Amino acid sequence: MADRAHSAAAHVAHHFDDAEQQHGAAALGMWVFLVTEVMLFGGMFTAYVVYRSLFPDAFGHASSHLDVRLGTINTAVLICSSLTMALAVHAAQIGADRRRIIAWLVATLLLGTTFLGIKAYEYAHKIHQGLAPGPAFTYAGADARQAELFFSIYFAMTGTHAFHMVIGAGVLTWLIVQARRGRFGRAYYTPVELGGLYWHFVDIAWIFLFPLLYLIGRH
Amino acid sequence: MDIVERRPDYLNADYGVRSWLLTTDHKRIALLYLVSITVMFVIGGLFAAAIRLELLTPRGDVVQADTYNKLFTMHGIVMIFFFLIPSIPAVLGNFLLPMMIGARDLAFPRLNLLSWYVYLVGALFTLWAMITGGVDTGWTFYTPYSTAAATTKVIPTAVGVFITGFSSILTGLNFIVTVHTMRAPGLTWFRLPLFVWAHYAMSLIAILGTPVLTITIALVGLERLLHLGIFDPALGGDPLLFQHLFWFYSHPAVYIMILPAMGVISEVVTCFSRKRIFGYAFIASSSLLIAFLGFLVWGHHMYVSGQSMYAGLVFSFLSFAVAMPSAVKVFNWTATLYKGSIAWDSPMLYALGFIGLFTLGGLTGIYLAALGLDVHVHDTYFVVAHFHYIMVGGAIMGYLGGLHFWWPKITGRMYPEGLAKVAGIIVFLGFNLTFFPQFILGYLGMPRRYHVYPDEFQVLNVLSTAGTSILGFGYLLPLLYLTWSLRYGPKAAANPWGAAGLEWQTPSPPPTENFSETPRVIHEAYDYEHEITIRPQEGVEVPVG
Amino acid sequence: MAGHVVPVRIYLAVFAALLVLTGVTTAIAFVNLGPMNVVLMLAIAVTKATLVVLYFMHVRYSSRLTWVVVSGGFVWLVVIILFTMSDVATRPSLP
Repeated sequence: MADRAHSAAAHVAHHFDDAEQQHGAAALGMWVFLVTEVMLFGGMFTAYVVYRSLFPDAFGHASSHLDVRLGTINTAVLICSSLTMALAVHAAQIGADRRRIIAWLVATLLLGTTFLGIKAYEYAHKIHQGLAPGPAFTYAGADARQAELFFSIYFAMTGTHAFHMVIGAGVLTWLIVQARRGRFGRAYYTPVELGGLYWHFVDIAWIFLFPLLYLIGRH
Repeated sequence: MDIVERRPDYLNADYGVRSWLLTTDHKRIALLYLVSITVMFVIGGLFAAAIRLELLTPRGDVVQADTYNKLFTMHGIVMIFFFLIPSIPAVLGNFLLPMMIGARDLAFPRLNLLSWYVYLVGALFTLWAMITGGVDTGWTFYTPYSTAAATTKVIPTAVGVFITGFSSILTGLNFIVTVHTMRAPGLTWFRLPLFVWAHYAMSLIAILGTPVLTITIALVGLERLLHLGIFDPALGGDPLLFQHLFWFYSHPAVYIMILPAMGVISEVVTCFSRKRIFGYAFIASSSLLIAFLGFLVWGHHMYVSGQSMYAGLVFSFLSFAVAMPSAVKVFNWTATLYKGSIAWDSPMLYALGFIGLFTLGGLTGIYLAALGLDVHVHDTYFVVAHFHYIMVGGAIMGYLGGLHFWWPKITGRMYPEGLAKVAGIIVFLGFNLTFFPQFILGYLGMPRRYHVYPDEFQVLNVLSTAGTSILGFGYLLPLLYLTWSLRYGPKAAANPWGAAGLEWQTPSPPPTENFSETPRVIHEAYDYEHEITIRPQEGVEVPVG
Repeated sequence: MAGHVVPVRIYLAVFAALLVLTGVTTAIAFVNLGPMNVVLMLAIAVTKATLVVLYFMHVRYSSRLTWVVVSGGFVWLVVIILFTMSDVATRPSLP
């Protein structure tokens, strides 16, 4: 196919010596960026650890207001999306037909959107229940103040995570567009690979967020 | 014999505003930064002038207390986030790092340009906040004042700082990837110029620390805006949590500000002693050690805030430890000077001034690291003097020294050397007159962030303000003569100082692609004994053997 | 520029493990194991994250530099939490 012929050779930018150097730099750049993301979430994880250690019972009680089924389902959805993302990279690596690459990318996008949809439903439900922090916060229990603290952290952390998922959805969309143009193949699939790294990171963030927020004090 | 001929270089490669605003050439981006940070420095300096004006008299008679709070807040925010942190890395680092490793550009030229635009947007947000009312929380944004009680422009300022953080992250990311992946053949890690080591270490700090500030500032904004009360004491929120998160970045930030200056000093001292630097491996390693230990000491800002005494002990011990790698550098620079063939050119004057003033500032840092002493001088002018000795006596002198040293390379022009020496001396004297009295004031008990003080402190305050005028004049001089030199300065040779380093092997100013062919490095960084055997006359090319 | 191609069956195995571990962590949350609840929950989360990093993100087949970068990020996360808790956990409790 004509477009596969000119597609997948990477255009080597003028400041790089060769495609290998360019790829190495791009990959290292993405990894360094992910480290910055670890530290970004790290600040909020620190806040969580501090307050949970100070108010263990209040946090456990507040956590039980979150919907475990939806949280578990969402965790499974993201794990599925990580699989489909890995398979998209794999398809590009082996030089598969671009429709296969696109299919896996689209699946990832759909799963990510599902996650966001469930999240939006959870948020709406929480707000309806009066569990959004602020003047409308209503909570039955003597530890209402610390519970509001818990929910502040909940919304801050899952909100930041959701924001990163939206960005990820944008990245996936762009990758789909590029894949449709036949840009990726055995010789060049760096954007898919790097987009995958980003997506997996967002999955990893949720792997920690889910148990820390949803699964405390359930017993 | 002038052998410098007019050839295409990065300055005349393309003309027009678009060629500058859409450039991806690291050298042009460096100049874009140079202009922006100079503007911000002037603004920060005006705030400083207003502060010192108020402090001429013990009464609050120039501004009201609320306004004074805004003045010192905005002085700190502008100087730290918009001048000191970007200065050397974004100007000298951007320009020189690729050249020093024999590369044609940084790894990500478009991210480089993006970092400048991000900086600009952040600066504009912050300036807009200042013009429309200002912020009075102190540059430290302590909660719960910043989240609950302040009625000033906290959110716009926080947004400005939040955005600018990404500029620093992008620069650090770019430098790290560049040094790892784009070194010229033969350029092993231990052949790198120490300027590169310093910027590498600084970049590690930037990428590990800045994101924490980013999220912390965002949480302050979210608390004000959406009532996400993470720092709200009414909910059980801990003001100390904010301080931990804030200082986790803001202490390493001071090493972001000083490490690049140390890199400059290493380059200048070795060149103007005409001697291989003493203890290269120690200086390189000490940069990494400073970066590492610098992350573990932040609690020394919180000794009297209610922090656990035991945590205080740990932070204190580590704060003593972090002084050691800095001391190693000072010893090695001094040993380099010993039996060197010293030239007193203006970059060297700045470097020597740095060594003295940084040492004084660093020693007073050790006083502050000690728990007992800090209880006495915390939040006094002793602290103010300490960090200005490092930041102004250290970082800014390093910046000016570097600017002078590489000016001929960057612009292709020499500045008036005699005037530069005079300016350097004026800066040194004005600086000490401004800030040495503040050590005494602090020890005697004058608190910081107050615009009124007991009458007996007036003499020292007047001396300090007098110093400010001299220091300001000293800064004005290079602004004038460096600008003047762009048009009227004599054309510079490729290597007017006879310095070692790949950047000096290119014409002044360099061509856009830096090197016509990738250099191959076969010897160590500061091979002064072998490489250059005569001091060049101005305008004469020195053969490199 | 050939990266290491991970066989699909490995991806599927990791995927299955991740789902199983998710089920386990949810299930044991409802059982009172005292302090072990937190320990197990963290251990499972770390295991899941490690699987994603090593296999989905290919770190198992990547250079030592990549491994250093990943570890460094994780270590720094531990540093900020640990040192902050060194204060919070050792404050004298109010009477």
